[in-house]
Amino acid sequence: MIPVTHFMIISAILFCIGLYAAISKRNAIMVLIGIEFMINAAILNFVAFGAYDKEVNGGQIVALFAIVLAAAGVAVALAIILNVYKYYKTIDPDKIHNLRD
Amino acid sequence: MRVEQIIFYALAAMVLGSALLVVTIRNLVRSIFLFFVALISLSGLYIFASADFIAIAQIVIYVGGVLVLMLFAFLLSNKELLNNLSRPVNRLINISSLPGFLLASAFLFVLISAILNTEISWLGYVQQNHFQPGDNTVHNIGISIMTRYLLPFEAVSMFLMMALIGAAHLARKGQKI
Repeated sequence: MIPVTHFMIISAILFCIGLYAAISKRNAIMVLIGIEFMINAAILNFVAFGAYDKEVNGGQIVALFAIVLAAAGVAVALAIILNVYKYYKTIDPDKIHNLRD
Repeated sequence: MRVEQIIFYALAAMVLGSALLVVTIRNLVRSIFLFFVALISLSGLYIFASADFIAIAQIVIYVGGVLVLMLFAFLLSNKELLNNLSRPVNRLINISSLPGFLLASAFLFVLISAILNTEISWLGYVQQNHFQPGDNTVHNIGISIMTRYLLPFEAVSMFLMMALIGAAHLARKGQKI
């Protein structure tokens, strides 16, 4: 049996990789990939603790809902990125600095 | 070291290695494909936590849905990014991403020290209630969704429908936002 601490360490490293990508990348799709890494690190923690919840499956069901919500979030975010590209002709978050009125 | 542990650590190394390559590689299309190598290896890690159904759902949703969606959006939006890929900037960390690197490594230090100082096995439920290999988790998850988690399930389905209608509306062609 794999100890749950190892799952948590893997999840922590994955979360920090995602945090780095979300902060310092200059491409909105890479920022989105960083956010997906962070969501997956959280799901890994839920699943790792859900292995100790045999009766009501709390961790696994929360993980399932989180996967579905992450997929919905990706769909909306990519639609917004395509609109931003149509308007600004770039998807660099540093170059998008005025709101449209 | 047993075979189970060898496979687990190999999958963990694949997850972390491909995630690191995603954030360091220059070629963006290649980094999107490496992102999916990381996600598939992560679903292998879910199987080690006795979550077969979650692993299958991860593969179906991410690789079936999100990969196609991301490649689609990437190839539609990145003409000039594809052009200036050939700039020879090959340092691992350039100066503009230094604050992000420092923040991420400081946060990693905090997380790792917090995890290593915690005694997880003191929690009462960690010693009991453990899944045995061969338990039928899919049956149990189905019963739980339809009884205990019915209201969150309905809320998630309504949210998913709203999000997909909203995404289709946003990405519609020939219409001012």
